[in-house]
Amino acid sequence: MADPVHECALRLGDDSLILGQRLSEWCGHAPMLEVDLSLANIALDLVGQATLFLGVAGDADKLAFHRDVLDFKNCLLVEQPNGDFAQTIARQFLFSNWQELVFRELTRSRNATLAAIAGKAVKEVAYHARFANEWMVRLGDGTAESRARVVDGLEWVWRFGDELFEVDGVIEPLIASGVSADVRKLRGEWDQRIARTLADATLEMPKPRRAAKGGRIGHHSEHLGHILTEMQFLPRAYPGAQW
Amino acid sequence: MSKEWPLWEVFVRAKNGLAHKHVGSVHAADDRMAIEAARDTYTRRMEGVSLWVVRSADIVASDPGESAALFEPAADKVYRHPTFYSIPEHVKNI
Repeated sequence: MADPVHECALRLGDDSLILGQRLSEWCGHAPMLEVDLSLANIALDLVGQATLFLGVAGDADKLAFHRDVLDFKNCLLVEQPNGDFAQTIARQFLFSNWQELVFRELTRSRNATLAAIAGKAVKEVAYHARFANEWMVRLGDGTAESRARVVDGLEWVWRFGDELFEVDGVIEPLIASGVSADVRKLRGEWDQRIARTLADATLEMPKPRRAAKGGRIGHHSEHLGHILTEMQFLPRAYPGAQW
Repeated sequence: MSKEWPLWEVFVRAKNGLAHKHVGSVHAADDRMAIEAARDTYTRRMEGVSLWVVRSADIVASDPGESAALFEPAADKVYRHPTFYSIPEHVKNI
Protein backbone atom coordinates (compact mmCIF):
# COMPACT_ATOMS: atom_id res chain seq x y z
CA MET A 1 0.00 0.00 0.00
CA ALA A 2 1.21 3.45 -0.88
CA ASP A 3 2.58 5.70 1.86
CA PRO A 4 -0.42 7.61 3.29
CA VAL A 5 1.66 10.81 3.45
CA HIS A 6 2.06 10.54 -0.33
CA GLU A 7 -1.69 10.23 -0.71
CA CYS A 8 -2.22 13.27 1.51
CA ALA A 9 0.30 15.31 -0.50
CA LEU A 10 -1.30 14.11 -3.73
CA ARG A 11 -4.72 15.41 -2.72
CA LEU A 12 -3.34 18.79 -1.66
CA GLY A 13 -1.20 19.03 -4.77
CA ASP A 14 -3.99 18.02 -7.15
CA ASP A 15 -6.34 20.64 -5.67
CA SER A 16 -3.78 23.35 -6.34
CA LEU A 17 -2.76 21.99 -9.74
CA ILE A 18 -6.24 21.68 -11.22
CA LEU A 19 -7.45 25.03 -9.92
CA GLY A 20 -4.21 26.64 -11.13
CA GLN A 21 -4.82 25.19 -14.58
CA ARG A 22 -8.47 26.30 -14.53
CA LEU A 23 -7.61 29.87 -13.56
CA SER A 24 -4.92 30.01 -16.26
CA GLU A 25 -7.73 29.70 -18.81
CA TRP A 26 -8.61 33.30 -17.92
CA CYS A 27 -5.23 34.55 -19.07
CA GLY A 28 -5.90 37.10 -21.80
CA HIS A 29 -9.70 36.88 -21.29
CA ALA A 30 -10.40 38.58 -17.94
CA PRO A 31 -12.68 41.62 -17.88
CA MET A 32 -9.81 44.05 -17.16
CA LEU A 33 -6.05 43.92 -17.58
CA GLU A 34 -5.58 44.31 -13.83
CA VAL A 35 -7.94 41.42 -13.07
CA ASP A 36 -6.25 39.32 -15.74
CA LEU A 37 -2.95 39.76 -13.91
CA SER A 38 -4.52 39.01 -10.53
CA LEU A 39 -6.04 35.74 -11.73
CA ALA A 40 -2.81 34.71 -13.43
CA ASN A 41 -0.86 35.48 -10.24
CA ILE A 42 -3.21 33.33 -8.20
CA ALA A 43 -2.92 30.55 -10.79
CA LEU A 44 0.87 30.69 -10.60
CA ASP A 45 0.80 30.58 -6.78
CA LEU A 46 -1.33 27.44 -7.04
CA VAL A 47 0.89 25.77 -9.61
CA GLY A 48 3.87 26.52 -7.37
CA GLN A 49 2.13 24.84 -4.43
CA ALA A 50 1.28 21.87 -6.64
CA THR A 51 4.93 21.48 -7.63
CA LEU A 52 5.95 21.31 -3.98
CA PHE A 53 3.16 18.98 -2.78
CA LEU A 54 3.48 16.64 -5.77
CA GLY A 55 7.21 16.62 -5.13
CA VAL A 56 6.45 15.08 -1.74
CA ALA A 57 4.19 12.49 -3.38
CA GLY A 58 6.75 11.54 -6.04
CA ASP A 59 8.06 13.02 -9.30
CA ALA A 60 5.95 16.20 -9.66
CA ASP A 61 6.12 16.44 -13.46
CA LYS A 62 5.33 12.79 -13.95
CA LEU A 63 2.38 13.00 -11.59
CA ALA A 64 1.03 16.13 -13.25
CA PHE A 65 1.46 15.11 -16.87
CA HIS A 66 1.40 11.31 -16.99
CA ARG A 67 -1.55 10.33 -14.84
CA ASP A 68 -5.04 9.67 -16.15
CA VAL A 69 -8.32 11.03 -14.81
CA LEU A 70 -9.08 8.25 -12.33
CA ASP A 71 -5.74 8.74 -10.58
CA PHE A 72 -6.32 12.41 -9.78
CA LYS A 73 -7.41 13.08 -6.18
CA ASN A 74 -8.50 16.71 -6.29
CA CYS A 75 -11.88 17.77 -4.92
CA LEU A 76 -14.66 18.25 -7.47
CA LEU A 77 -14.93 21.99 -6.77
CA VAL A 78 -11.61 22.90 -8.42
CA GLU A 79 -12.35 21.13 -11.71
CA GLN A 80 -15.67 22.92 -12.24
CA PRO A 81 -15.81 25.18 -15.32
CA ASN A 82 -14.90 28.83 -15.00
CA GLY A 83 -18.33 29.88 -16.26
CA ASP A 84 -18.50 33.65 -16.21
CA PHE A 85 -16.30 35.82 -13.97
CA ALA A 86 -18.85 35.65 -11.14
CA GLN A 87 -18.86 31.85 -11.13
CA THR A 88 -15.06 31.80 -11.08
CA ILE A 89 -15.10 34.16 -8.09
CA ALA A 90 -17.73 32.07 -6.28
CA ARG A 91 -15.58 28.96 -6.75
CA GLN A 92 -12.49 30.80 -5.52
CA PHE A 93 -14.45 32.14 -2.56
CA LEU A 94 -15.38 28.68 -1.29
CA PHE A 95 -11.99 27.17 -2.06
CA SER A 96 -9.54 29.83 -0.85
CA ASN A 97 -11.33 30.29 2.44
CA TRP A 98 -11.10 26.53 2.96
CA GLN A 99 -7.50 26.25 1.78
CA GLU A 100 -6.34 29.04 4.06
CA LEU A 101 -7.76 27.25 7.11
CA VAL A 102 -6.27 23.93 6.01
CA PHE A 103 -2.81 25.39 5.43
CA ARG A 104 -2.93 27.26 8.73
CA GLU A 105 -3.46 23.90 10.48
CA LEU A 106 -0.89 22.19 8.30
CA THR A 107 1.85 24.60 9.42
CA ARG A 108 1.73 22.62 12.69
CA SER A 109 2.08 19.25 10.94
CA ARG A 110 4.49 16.69 12.42
CA ASN A 111 5.74 16.23 8.85
CA ALA A 112 8.32 19.00 8.54
CA THR A 113 8.11 19.20 4.73
CA LEU A 114 4.33 19.56 4.66
CA ALA A 115 4.56 22.14 7.46
CA ALA A 116 7.16 24.15 5.54
CA ILE A 117 5.15 24.12 2.29
CA ALA A 118 2.03 25.18 4.18
CA GLY A 119 3.99 27.95 5.91
CA LYS A 120 4.96 29.43 2.56
CA ALA A 121 1.60 28.85 0.90
CA VAL A 122 -0.65 30.12 3.68
CA LYS A 123 0.43 33.72 3.00
CA GLU A 124 -0.36 33.35 -0.68
CA VAL A 125 -3.75 31.87 0.05
CA ALA A 126 -4.63 34.54 2.62
CA TYR A 127 -4.38 36.97 -0.29
CA HIS A 128 -6.46 34.73 -2.57
CA ALA A 129 -9.20 34.61 0.07
CA ARG A 130 -9.11 38.38 0.51
CA PHE A 131 -9.30 38.87 -3.26
CA ALA A 132 -12.26 36.48 -3.60
CA ASN A 133 -14.10 37.85 -0.55
CA GLU A 134 -13.87 41.40 -1.82
CA TRP A 135 -15.07 40.44 -5.27
CA MET A 136 -18.03 38.59 -3.75
CA VAL A 137 -19.02 41.84 -2.03
CA ARG A 138 -18.49 43.97 -5.15
CA LEU A 139 -20.52 41.63 -7.32
CA GLY A 140 -23.23 40.85 -4.76
CA ASP A 141 -23.69 44.44 -3.67
CA GLY A 142 -23.01 45.83 -7.16
CA THR A 143 -25.38 46.14 -10.11
CA ALA A 144 -28.51 44.08 -10.74
CA GLU A 145 -26.61 42.10 -13.37
CA SER A 146 -23.49 41.43 -11.27
CA ARG A 147 -25.74 40.33 -8.43
CA ALA A 148 -27.78 37.96 -10.59
CA ARG A 149 -24.60 36.44 -11.99
CA VAL A 150 -22.92 35.87 -8.64
CA VAL A 151 -26.12 34.36 -7.22
CA ASP A 152 -26.13 31.89 -10.12
CA GLY A 153 -22.41 31.20 -9.73
CA LEU A 154 -22.70 30.54 -6.02
CA GLU A 155 -25.74 28.33 -6.63
CA TRP A 156 -23.65 26.25 -9.05
CA VAL A 157 -20.59 25.74 -6.81
CA TRP A 158 -22.48 25.32 -3.54
CA ARG A 159 -23.00 21.55 -3.95
CA PHE A 160 -19.22 21.02 -3.99
CA GLY A 161 -18.58 22.57 -0.55
CA ASP A 162 -19.33 19.55 1.65
CA GLU A 163 -16.67 17.39 0.01
CA LEU A 164 -13.97 19.72 1.32
CA PHE A 165 -14.73 18.60 4.88
CA GLU A 166 -14.76 14.84 4.32
CA VAL A 167 -12.26 12.55 6.00
CA ASP A 168 -11.74 8.94 4.90
CA GLY A 169 -9.74 5.93 6.08
CA VAL A 170 -6.59 7.09 4.31
CA ILE A 171 -6.38 10.43 6.11
CA GLU A 172 -7.78 9.38 9.49
CA PRO A 173 -4.51 7.80 10.75
CA LEU A 174 -2.56 10.87 9.53
CA ILE A 175 -4.80 13.10 11.61
CA ALA A 176 -4.24 10.86 14.62
CA SER A 177 -0.47 11.07 14.16
CA GLY A 178 -0.54 14.85 13.74
CA VAL A 179 0.55 14.86 10.09
CA SER A 180 -2.67 15.95 8.39
CA ALA A 181 -5.11 18.72 9.28
CA ASP A 182 -8.51 17.54 10.52
CA VAL A 183 -10.79 19.33 8.07
CA ARG A 184 -13.91 18.34 10.04
CA LYS A 185 -12.88 20.72 12.79
CA LEU A 186 -12.57 23.60 10.32
CA ARG A 187 -16.19 23.51 9.14
CA GLY A 188 -17.50 25.88 11.80
CA GLU A 189 -14.94 28.56 11.09
CA TRP A 190 -15.40 28.20 7.34
CA ASP A 191 -19.18 28.52 7.69
CA GLN A 192 -18.68 31.70 9.71
CA ARG A 193 -16.32 33.20 7.15
CA ILE A 194 -18.65 32.39 4.29
CA ALA A 195 -21.66 33.77 6.18
CA ARG A 196 -19.82 36.99 7.08
CA THR A 197 -18.79 37.76 3.50
CA LEU A 198 -22.22 36.85 2.13
CA ALA A 199 -23.77 39.23 4.66
CA ASP A 200 -21.40 42.00 3.51
CA ALA A 201 -22.36 41.16 -0.06
CA THR A 202 -26.08 41.33 0.85
CA LEU A 203 -26.41 37.78 -0.50
CA GLU A 204 -28.46 34.93 0.93
CA MET A 205 -26.79 31.69 1.94
CA PRO A 206 -27.83 29.17 -0.76
CA LYS A 207 -30.16 26.41 0.36
CA PRO A 208 -28.53 23.09 1.23
CA ARG A 209 -28.56 20.67 -1.67
CA ARG A 210 -27.41 17.15 -2.31
CA ALA A 211 -23.62 17.20 -2.05
CA ALA A 212 -21.46 16.07 -4.97
CA LYS A 213 -18.49 14.00 -3.78
CA GLY A 214 -15.99 11.44 -5.00
CA GLY A 215 -12.95 13.40 -6.16
CA ARG A 216 -10.72 12.04 -3.37
CA ILE A 217 -11.19 8.51 -4.70
CA GLY A 218 -10.92 9.46 -8.37
CA HIS A 219 -14.63 9.73 -9.21
CA HIS A 220 -14.59 12.96 -11.16
CA SER A 221 -16.98 15.02 -13.20
CA GLU A 222 -16.60 14.97 -16.99
CA HIS A 223 -14.74 18.29 -16.81
CA LEU A 224 -11.47 16.92 -15.46
CA GLY A 225 -10.75 14.85 -18.57
CA HIS A 226 -11.05 17.94 -20.73
CA ILE A 227 -8.67 19.86 -18.47
CA LEU A 228 -6.10 17.07 -18.69
CA THR A 229 -6.41 16.85 -22.47
CA GLU A 230 -5.17 20.41 -22.72
CA MET A 231 -2.77 20.38 -19.77
CA GLN A 232 -1.06 17.12 -20.71
CA PHE A 233 -1.02 17.47 -24.48
CA LEU A 234 2.54 18.69 -24.91
CA PRO A 235 4.44 16.23 -22.70
CA ARG A 236 2.38 13.36 -24.09
CA ALA A 237 2.80 14.33 -27.74
CA TYR A 238 6.50 15.17 -27.31
CA PRO A 239 7.81 12.96 -24.49
CA GLY A 240 10.93 14.35 -22.85
CA ALA A 241 10.53 17.75 -24.56
CA GLN A 242 12.80 20.47 -23.14
CA TRP A 243 12.58 24.26 -23.33
CA MET B 1 -16.09 55.57 -21.76
CA SER B 2 -17.97 56.46 -18.58
CA LYS B 3 -18.13 52.76 -17.72
CA GLU B 4 -14.36 52.53 -17.37
CA TRP B 5 -13.02 52.32 -13.84
CA PRO B 6 -11.14 55.37 -12.56
CA LEU B 7 -7.38 55.57 -12.88
CA TRP B 8 -5.11 55.39 -9.82
CA GLU B 9 -1.43 56.31 -9.60
CA VAL B 10 0.77 53.75 -7.88
CA PHE B 11 3.74 54.45 -5.62
CA VAL B 12 6.05 51.71 -4.34
CA ARG B 13 8.51 51.83 -1.46
CA ALA B 14 11.32 49.55 -2.60
CA LYS B 15 12.61 49.01 0.93
CA ASN B 16 12.28 50.55 4.34
CA GLY B 17 14.14 53.85 4.57
CA LEU B 18 13.53 54.78 0.94
CA ALA B 19 10.76 57.05 -0.26
CA HIS B 20 7.75 55.80 -2.21
CA LYS B 21 8.37 56.19 -5.91
CA HIS B 22 5.85 56.53 -8.71
CA VAL B 23 5.82 53.39 -10.85
CA GLY B 24 2.69 53.61 -12.99
CA SER B 25 -1.08 53.40 -12.79
CA VAL B 26 -3.96 50.94 -12.57
CA HIS B 27 -7.71 51.00 -13.19
CA ALA B 28 -9.86 50.13 -10.17
CA ALA B 29 -13.38 50.72 -8.93
CA ASP B 30 -12.43 51.41 -5.31
CA ASP B 31 -9.42 51.89 -3.06
CA ARG B 32 -9.16 48.23 -1.94
CA MET B 33 -9.23 47.06 -5.52
CA ALA B 34 -6.64 49.66 -6.43
CA ILE B 35 -4.25 48.35 -3.78
CA GLU B 36 -4.77 44.77 -4.95
CA ALA B 37 -4.34 45.65 -8.62
CA ALA B 38 -1.19 47.62 -7.74
CA ARG B 39 0.13 44.69 -5.71
CA ASP B 40 -0.50 42.25 -8.55
CA THR B 41 0.80 44.55 -11.26
CA TYR B 42 3.81 46.23 -9.69
CA THR B 43 5.13 44.13 -6.76
CA ARG B 44 4.97 40.59 -8.09
CA ARG B 45 8.75 40.45 -8.57
CA MET B 46 9.58 41.61 -5.06
CA GLU B 47 9.79 45.27 -6.01
CA GLY B 48 8.39 46.63 -2.79
CA VAL B 49 7.51 46.57 0.89
CA SER B 50 4.80 49.22 0.87
CA LEU B 51 2.26 50.63 -1.59
CA TRP B 52 0.41 53.90 -1.96
CA VAL B 53 -2.38 54.49 -4.44
CA VAL B 54 -4.03 57.81 -5.13
CA ARG B 55 -6.74 58.71 -7.61
CA SER B 56 -5.11 60.25 -10.65
CA ALA B 57 -7.85 62.91 -10.65
CA ASP B 58 -6.65 64.06 -7.21
CA ILE B 59 -3.14 64.86 -8.40
CA VAL B 60 -2.46 68.52 -9.08
CA ALA B 61 0.15 68.95 -11.80
CA SER B 62 2.25 71.91 -12.77
CA ASP B 63 1.25 73.62 -15.99
CA PRO B 64 3.58 72.69 -18.88
CA GLY B 65 3.00 76.21 -20.26
CA GLU B 66 4.69 77.61 -17.17
CA SER B 67 7.64 75.29 -17.19
CA ALA B 68 10.01 78.02 -18.40
CA ALA B 69 9.17 80.22 -15.41
CA LEU B 70 9.11 77.31 -12.97
CA PHE B 71 12.18 75.34 -13.90
CA GLU B 72 14.60 77.20 -16.14
CA PRO B 73 15.80 79.67 -13.50
CA ALA B 74 17.43 76.72 -11.69
CA ALA B 75 19.61 75.89 -14.68
CA ASP B 76 22.49 78.29 -13.94
CA LYS B 77 22.51 77.94 -10.14
CA VAL B 78 25.22 75.33 -9.97
CA TYR B 79 26.08 76.36 -6.39
CA ARG B 80 22.83 74.74 -5.27
CA HIS B 81 24.15 71.28 -6.08
CA PRO B 82 25.86 69.54 -3.18
CA THR B 83 28.83 68.61 -5.33
CA PHE B 84 31.55 70.58 -3.58
CA TYR B 85 32.24 68.08 -0.86
CA SER B 86 32.72 64.32 -1.00
CA ILE B 87 30.26 61.84 0.47
CA PRO B 88 31.76 59.09 2.63
CA GLU B 89 31.63 55.77 0.82
CA HIS B 90 29.52 53.99 3.41
CA VAL B 91 26.64 56.48 3.07
CA LYS B 92 24.09 54.87 0.79
CA ASN B 93 21.07 56.10 -1.12
CA ILE B 94 22.10 59.71 -1.67
